[in-house]
Amino acid sequence: MIDISHLLVLGAVMFCISMAGIFINRKNVIILLMSIELMLLSVNLNFVAFSYHLGDLAGQVFVFFILTVAAAEAAIGLAILVVVFRTRQTINVAELDTMKG
Amino acid sequence: MYSIYLWTVLAPLIGAVVAGFFGRVIGRAGAHWVTIIGVAIATILSFLAYKHVVVDGAPAFNGTVYVWGIVGDLRLEIGFLIDELSATMMLVVTFVSLMIHVYTIGYMSDDPGYQRFFSYISLFTFAMLMLVMSNNFFQLFFGWEAVGVVSYLLIGFWYQRESAIFANLKAFVVNRVGDFGFILGIAAVLMYFDSLDYATVFERAPGVLGTTIEVLPGSEWSVMTLVCILLFIGAMGKSAQFPLHVWLPDSMEGPTPISALIHAATMVTAGIFMVARMSPLFELSDTALTTVMWIGAITCMFMGLLGLVQNDIKRVIAYSTLSQLGYMFVALGVSAYAAGIFHLTTHAFFKALLFLAAGSVIIGMHHEQDMRKMGGLWKYMPITWFTSLIGTLALVGFPGFSGFFSKDAIIDAAHHSSLPGAGIVYWMVLGSVLITSLYSFRLFFLVFHGKARMDEHTREHLHESPAVVTVPLMVLAIPSAIIGWFFVVPVLFGGYFGSSIFVEPGHDVLATMAETFPGTSKFFLEGFFHWPFYLAVIGFLISWYMYIKRPDLPDKVTAHTRVVYDILVRKYGFDELYQFLFAGGARGIGELLWRLGDQGLIDGVIVNGTARAVGRFAGFARKIQSGFLYDYAFAMIIGLLVLMSLGLYVYS
Repeated sequence: MIDISHLLVLGAVMFCISMAGIFINRKNVIILLMSIELMLLSVNLNFVAFSYHLGDLAGQVFVFFILTVAAAEAAIGLAILVVVFRTRQTINVAELDTMKG
Repeated sequence: MYSIYLWTVLAPLIGAVVAGFFGRVIGRAGAHWVTIIGVAIATILSFLAYKHVVVDGAPAFNGTVYVWGIVGDLRLEIGFLIDELSATMMLVVTFVSLMIHVYTIGYMSDDPGYQRFFSYISLFTFAMLMLVMSNNFFQLFFGWEAVGVVSYLLIGFWYQRESAIFANLKAFVVNRVGDFGFILGIAAVLMYFDSLDYATVFERAPGVLGTTIEVLPGSEWSVMTLVCILLFIGAMGKSAQFPLHVWLPDSMEGPTPISALIHAATMVTAGIFMVARMSPLFELSDTALTTVMWIGAITCMFMGLLGLVQNDIKRVIAYSTLSQLGYMFVALGVSAYAAGIFHLTTHAFFKALLFLAAGSVIIGMHHEQDMRKMGGLWKYMPITWFTSLIGTLALVGFPGFSGFFSKDAIIDAAHHSSLPGAGIVYWMVLGSVLITSLYSFRLFFLVFHGKARMDEHTREHLHESPAVVTVPLMVLAIPSAIIGWFFVVPVLFGGYFGSSIFVEPGHDVLATMAETFPGTSKFFLEGFFHWPFYLAVIGFLISWYMYIKRPDLPDKVTAHTRVVYDILVRKYGFDELYQFLFAGGARGIGELLWRLGDQGLIDGVIVNGTARAVGRFAGFARKIQSGFLYDYAFAMIIGLLVLMSLGLYVYS
């Protein structure tokens, strides 16, 4: 039988993977965007788990909102990525250091 | 009368302002006309005031002109007190000043700072008049400082000369020392008398007599003594008394008319005038009177000695001035105020005369002041020679000349005084007659007689000075010669000063002298059989023998008395001592504070330290900004974790 603790552990694992993806990844901005999406999904999973457990639908409604925002964010992120590639001919994270002090 | 007094003060001020600010517009002639007319008006008005108060015997005028400010109960006023004392001073100041204005036309004729000079001396006349006409301590202090400032400006008149700048700074700093005592004295007056008005203060003086104040822990001082000694410290600074005498000889760096006006006839007499004016206070403290007498006697004797070894013609006269001021203070100390003011008046005439004559010689010698390069000038400059002779005779107190009456009166007064040490002081002032005679005739012989020692070029151009120079000499020679005859009886014994000078009956040496005074002409004849005359003649003979008969002798004498000579030439070492101890000490402290405080603390730690700290922090912060996205993200996560853990820790 699957109970809430399994779902929460899964969410935590997904969150940690995505966090590691952000830090360890030094190559590709696309992987970065994917990690962020994964992070949002892990949060969504938590919402759904608690909604089911507590019998409150508000959590699932919230998930729809987050999904919408995440889709918009992914679209904008990819658009920026295309522009960056056009101007700098690379999407290597290690080379994008204009803000270095 | 009110407007007369007001215009006496304003006329020289207007002259000074016009000549000072519009000197270029009105030109050289305009500058001397406007200032001379201003001072001439002041002189005429002073004559009127003198006639009104002294001759006609009108009651003293004491009134406020203008209220400058009110602080609580304290009223700071400009006001005039015109009585016998101030009317006499006004007349002396304006008359001598007028003569010197005229003389300056000749002396400064080719100086580029002509207008500036006239502006300064007129301003000085204004300041001195404010000082003597004042009816309160506030205005007295104003005049006191104003003459100090003008003196500073005039000593440094030739401001391109290093020595002039040194001298005017020295005069200013030494005067500050005296003024520090003076303003403390005024503060003490305000504290204990609760007023700055002369009349009120003098009225309340007997009430303060018993009060004491703890100056140092465990020693009680009479307030009256403290006030008088503090005021006297001011007088010591302004009148160049030992040990604040060092500035006056150096002030000879200024042009000669200034030496005559400020450093002989008027400004240095401010201290004498002030003590005489404060007689109702000084009379109540025997300690203060004894101090005044002793300081006067020390100055009189030891500063006269220094005059013997100087070779600069003006410096000899400067030391003579110090010595004569010493006489005046002795007179004040033994409560013979009238004799002191009498000597002040006669001295103003004959010392101004001597200085202007010296100036005339300096013009003739093309600004050579070394007496060793003069000699035999009587042939070339007969008027200067003759007027100098009158001045010298008046200075040494030859019977019949003005200095005789005033100086013998002081010596007699010292003889009759009952203050502690008056016996020694009597011998000191008597001995000073010999010294006076020695240096006066030494100067006279070195300059006007003996072998001519100047170079050929100078001798060819020697001639008598122009009329603007010689006329003031002649006008000053007349009072120098005869003024004593008319004034000795009324001033000393006739109650000339009325109520303007107060003498405690027990101190009144002049009253004792009056009992035995034989009358003016008999006094004159007896003068030939008294010690002062013998001493003056001995001085004359020694000078004559050493500088005319055997001109080689002075060098031999100095060779045999090398130690004494060195001490005198180095002025007892006061200059070195003050320069090392006070000037050097002050500079040392300044240097220390500059290095530690300014450079170390303010520049090093506060100003540059702030900049350095910001720079270091910025350098550190710069390294954090790697520009890589994952670093920023990592920082965000860490921050989030910290905040969350903190939240858990606080709320659980």
